[in-house]
Amino acid sequence: MHDLSHAFSLALQLAASGDPGLWQIVGLSLQVTLSAVAISTLLGLPVGALLALGRFPGRNALIVIFNAAMGLPPVVVGLVVYLLLSRSGPLGEFGILFTPKAMVIAQSILVFPIVTALSRQVIEDLWAEYSEQLRSLGSNAAKSIGTLLWDGRFSLVTVVLAGFGRAAAEVGAIIIVGGNIDGFTRTMTTAIALETSKGDLALALGLGFVLLMIVVLVNGAAWIARRAGERLAGA
Amino acid sequence: MMRAPTTSLPLVLDRVGFSAGGVEILHDLSLRIEPGAPTIILGPNGAGKSVLLRLCHGLLSPSGGSIRAGNVAVSTERTALVFQRPVMLRRSVLANVAYGIVGKHARGRASALLERVGLSHLARRPARKLSGGEQQRVALARAWGRNPEILFLDEPTASLDPAATRAVEDIVGEIAAQGVKIVMATHDLGQARRLAGDVAFLHKGRLLEHTPAATFFDAPRTPQAAAFLRGELLT
Amino acid sequence: MRLLRLALAFTAILAVTVPASAQDKSIIVASTTSTENSGLFKYLLPIFKEKTGIDVKVVALGTGQALDVGRRGDADVVFVHAKPLEEKFVADGEGVARYEVMYNDFVVIGPKSDPAKIAGSKDVLEAFKKIAAAKASFISRGDKSGTHVAELKYWKEADIDPETGKGSWYKEIGQGMGAALNTASSSNSYVLSDRGTWISFKNRGDLKIVVEGDKRLFNQYGVMLVNPVKHPNVKKELGQTFIDWLVSPEGQKAIANYKIDGEQLFFPNATGKPST
Repeated sequence: MHDLSHAFSLALQLAASGDPGLWQIVGLSLQVTLSAVAISTLLGLPVGALLALGRFPGRNALIVIFNAAMGLPPVVVGLVVYLLLSRSGPLGEFGILFTPKAMVIAQSILVFPIVTALSRQVIEDLWAEYSEQLRSLGSNAAKSIGTLLWDGRFSLVTVVLAGFGRAAAEVGAIIIVGGNIDGFTRTMTTAIALETSKGDLALALGLGFVLLMIVVLVNGAAWIARRAGERLAGA
Repeated sequence: MMRAPTTSLPLVLDRVGFSAGGVEILHDLSLRIEPGAPTIILGPNGAGKSVLLRLCHGLLSPSGGSIRAGNVAVSTERTALVFQRPVMLRRSVLANVAYGIVGKHARGRASALLERVGLSHLARRPARKLSGGEQQRVALARAWGRNPEILFLDEPTASLDPAATRAVEDIVGEIAAQGVKIVMATHDLGQARRLAGDVAFLHKGRLLEHTPAATFFDAPRTPQAAAFLRGELLT
Repeated sequence: MRLLRLALAFTAILAVTVPASAQDKSIIVASTTSTENSGLFKYLLPIFKEKTGIDVKVVALGTGQALDVGRRGDADVVFVHAKPLEEKFVADGEGVARYEVMYNDFVVIGPKSDPAKIAGSKDVLEAFKKIAAAKASFISRGDKSGTHVAELKYWKEADIDPETGKGSWYKEIGQGMGAALNTASSSNSYVLSDRGTWISFKNRGDLKIVVEGDKRLFNQYGVMLVNPVKHPNVKKELGQTFIDWLVSPEGQKAIANYKIDGEQLFFPNATGKPST
């Protein structure tokens, strides 16, 4: 318990100190995570909608695969991406290994199935409720997908936040493909792993609290945006 | 040479059958619906009234036989359907009414329709927060906005209290007065007596009688119809 | 419309995330976690950058992994402390030449209770024999790192096969030095550590240095340029500049000046010429 309270006060000191090293790490964490979430959402929502509405051979197998892929072990994804991006690997010529781009790629691979599988469920449930009525009102496939995505927006925002949570928390993939390079690919989670391995547990835990505060802030911002949206729509 | 104007009436069902999940719901049904006063589809629960309406509106395709709508194809573009339980989209009342309306002045026309069903004061309210009766009036306004030639209604007041029922019937009357053909399923005899021009009586998926209202109510031709009018035929 | 706005947002985010391509003057050095954890790079690299304008990006791994990164061509320079593995690296044509840079030493860490009764000894082989005889709990890094390689060498020279203790007193954790020290601290075990990591280690519990000063505990560091013939992407001029600086009088002085709590960690011993 003493360790925890010490770590908590350390976290507050760190946050208040304006230490540039800390804010550089926080900035990189947010950049990598938000980029991965943006990519996964742009791809995952339409794919989720297509899976929800489409009927084609292999659909059920795809649904099972995406559901299973929500549990992809980050360290395995990191290893596979590392082998792909290595100079000795198929994509080596791009020289992306050990850069933030590689971290974004690895995290996108982890988050994309989460957004796809969960949005598929949300949209499928909504479609079960809406399909007859929408068809009766002359809505074609494209318009229907737009309607489902908009009407399901609150659940879908939660889906995106789930993806954000996964990306923000993950360390196994980005530490392998990023290399945890000081000042370049070191993020909150990889810094915590480093401080733990150095035995500086108080600092590691303190950084952990700072990370938690930031994640709560992001979720709080999403909540405020939702309330503002509701008010604008004339609740 | 002048081409005849397109019309969806008369609606002619020729030996229509419909099966789903191995169960035959409609059998060898031949019916002719003419323009003019409202046609009431009467019958006990499970008679197949809902399926019949969905076939005529174009949401389902017959398993056997054929349906001709005047000199055009059966389609959701030229007809509209009000479900027993209306599906309100997760947006405002006005947005719901405007949803099926094509063209630049959709919101203006939606406002006018809301006025006619007496719900202008609720235009900006989230539609899902309305009472059952109010939602059904929104659904009516929305269906009206589609400018249908035929308005199908599937037991629209089954879950409403007498006051709400009366309000719905008044609106249906106004729509009919504009020249829209009304085809309404109900098991409420009082309602049928109030609105019917002619009655099509269904029982266990077959059409047993189709006669003008007075004939049906005063001198039913089949024992099942007679039993139903006495309140004895429940399924 | 919504899709368009999302696409624009995504492009903006990506643009912000990807300024990295503007890194012309930089090299990647694969080194070890113990060197990184000692804080040496945080001290040295700014000095080097000031002089040459070159950004050195250190990827800190276990020695085995660092050499593998070099073999794959994912680093320009490899800087580790496992002489036999380094010599093999050059012999296999993976590295151009090996230069000796500095040494630090290993220390044997153990609990204050000292069940094997080795505290104060200056003989690492005797100490290891006593640990095996007492079946005292011992943590091994088990990760093919330079430290692990050294540890195995001591067991061999002491004529002991630690595998016989596997599952009882000999515990291989497959992780880095800090993790090994953490595990030793929480289980009151013996462990072989480099002095640098030990000095900066804050979670000591009941642990202390029990054996030090044996010449056999000296830990030699070597630096190699990854073979640019095999991997054309290697930045050979910039990489060689770094190596040349490390073995130059200036670089050697900087290494000697690095201290923690007033203690010097690394002892420069470069000859300026390749060792093989």
